[in-house]
Amino acid sequence: MIELKDIRKVFNSGKPNEFAAVQGISLSIEAGKATVLKGPSGSGKTTLLSLIGCMARPTSGRIVLFDREITSLPERFLTEIRRKTFGFIFQQFNLIRGITALENAMLPAYPLGEKFSSIKKRGLHLFELFNISQKAHSKAEWLSGGEAQRVTIVRALMNNPSIIIADEPTAHLDTKLSLEFMDILEKLKEDGKTLLLASHDPLVYESKVVDRVVNVRDGRIEGAEE
Amino acid sequence: MTKWIERHRNILDFTLASLLRRKRKNAALVSVYTLIVFLLASVLLFTYALREEASILLQQAPEMIVQKLVAGRQEPIPVAYIEQIKAVRGVSSVKPRLWGYYYDPIVGANYTLLVAEDPLINPGSIVVGEGVSRLRFVSPSDSLEFRTFQGATIELEIKKVFSSEFGVVSSDLILISADDFRRVFGTSEEYATDLAVNVRNPKELPTIALKVAELLPDTRQILREELLRTYDAIFNWRGGILLAILFGGVLAFIIFAWDKASGLSVEEKKEIGILKAIGWETSDIIRMKFWEGLVVSLSSFLMGLVLAYVHVFFTSFMLFEPVLKGWAVLYPEFKITPFIDGAQVASLFFLTVVPYAVATIIPSWRAAVVDPDSVMR
Amino acid sequence: MRKSSLFFVYLFIQTLVLGGLFAHAAYRQKTDEGFLQEKVNLVHRLGLTDLCLFTEASYTRHPSLADFHTAFQNSPMALEHFPSGSIMTPPQATKKMYDKVD
Repeated sequence: MIELKDIRKVFNSGKPNEFAAVQGISLSIEAGKATVLKGPSGSGKTTLLSLIGCMARPTSGRIVLFDREITSLPERFLTEIRRKTFGFIFQQFNLIRGITALENAMLPAYPLGEKFSSIKKRGLHLFELFNISQKAHSKAEWLSGGEAQRVTIVRALMNNPSIIIADEPTAHLDTKLSLEFMDILEKLKEDGKTLLLASHDPLVYESKVVDRVVNVRDGRIEGAEE
Repeated sequence: MTKWIERHRNILDFTLASLLRRKRKNAALVSVYTLIVFLLASVLLFTYALREEASILLQQAPEMIVQKLVAGRQEPIPVAYIEQIKAVRGVSSVKPRLWGYYYDPIVGANYTLLVAEDPLINPGSIVVGEGVSRLRFVSPSDSLEFRTFQGATIELEIKKVFSSEFGVVSSDLILISADDFRRVFGTSEEYATDLAVNVRNPKELPTIALKVAELLPDTRQILREELLRTYDAIFNWRGGILLAILFGGVLAFIIFAWDKASGLSVEEKKEIGILKAIGWETSDIIRMKFWEGLVVSLSSFLMGLVLAYVHVFFTSFMLFEPVLKGWAVLYPEFKITPFIDGAQVASLFFLTVVPYAVATIIPSWRAAVVDPDSVMR
Repeated sequence: MRKSSLFFVYLFIQTLVLGGLFAHAAYRQKTDEGFLQEKVNLVHRLGLTDLCLFTEASYTRHPSLADFHTAFQNSPMALEHFPSGSIMTPPQATKKMYDKVD
């Protein structure tokens, strides 16, 4: 459902610190499956994720999403697609301090013009699903690592996206929480979501939840594994 | 349409939550902002209402006053001039005015003694303004003593006190008979303080004034129109105290706007990055900043204006009383009629709300257009 | 209640209060008409030329009739004696004379 054709991404083009994060990658991501981009830091997997997730544009190459080329769409349309199709889970959690967990989770839905009460209802429902209802009205900075992780998952699910992108999701979690996270991913897959992760944590890429591992090194793919 | 409303309301919800994060700082901001609006609006409301009242009341002032000037100062004018002025074509009446200042050493106040035709005023009786009665604790049938120019003391009985409703024109007035006036000040019957002239056709006033000036070169003519203009210009923006308030107010606004315009903190930039990463557009960020500015400025403006109105029209401009009173001992009780100038209120709105809202949006622009993937790197 | 709803309620109340105050102003203007007219009559009857605002000095009490040099009293460079002088501007009359200056 997602196809990348010969994607290149160059940063600081023309300047002395010019650097190609992604150098000619072609890739197909299957719908409904969990794919992991595996590789050391600096391999370009984070850049790949942001390209696939419509957060940035490739320097050259084409990206096709659901049979629609999105590479040259104007920002507004790109943002539209990103909002409706993708949910992001960041490495650094990136919750906004000073507001509650629930408010954080509801944020992605705000600009879409949905009624506040229905957003809140959905949020609370998801909080219950992930067993963090009691923390719904706590300020974000008071959450533990695992709770914060789950809030970011709820946030990612808020607009009911079909694709979840997670960048090093277990980087700040202990083993127990990492395994819990993989369980959550399994449930999401059962719900029909497509999962795309970047990780160099064996707990992730060796998990039975994962359908496909793609090795990324120095901006290129080194063969694919099942 | 509802989507548009809901989107703005949602963004406003986040903005308010965001503002509440720094309760104390933002509370201080709103308070100071409100204070500035309050001061400016108080002065605006008061001066306008007073000017309006002056322009209404002085419409019935004498059309022309003729004063005699000697060496640049006002001197008693010969009553004989009346006939000469009457002879000028267009003049309908010339009346002598007898008035002067009396310093009361007991309270240290200045009164204006004015000779008036009134059934209550005979030799021995006077009518006083409420300020006089207030200062000296006197009421009808009490007496006031006056020291004459010869050093003697005379007692005059108060027949009536002007009510405080008329304070703005009569607070320090003492209406007195011509005989008593002359007993106190020793002015000769051949002189008056100045002359009040009325004409048949008001349009001819300047011409008539010119003729009087030619006829009596040692006099000065003051037209009613000039009277009105004096009071129109009173509390002029150039005036010192107003300038100080205005300058202080403008300075405070500049400080606020500078604080906003000097760019966002690292934390604010990061938050905008997060918002963009989770799906907010540049325009949504701008909307948020707009609401941020509007919430502060609109709340402050409304609060400041309400407080100013109450301050000016319910407490008679109480906080500025020391300024207006100056070193005077007799100060009228100001019960001003609330004349409001909508244009001034509107311009106050645009001067206070708009710049702040703009100052909040402009520096956010750069941060708002940041690439959403910046937060992933 | 939602924060934005609270805010709008606050705005609404403030606007109501403001509207009430403006209504008060209109009301007072009407009821004061009688007093205003009486004051006008008094001004006319007594031939008054100034409002009684500042009773410190002759030129603050009767600014419209002030002498040319009163404000400077002792010398043209003399500083303003009274606080009210910093609020009022020099009266118009001192700026104009009807004599033709050739």
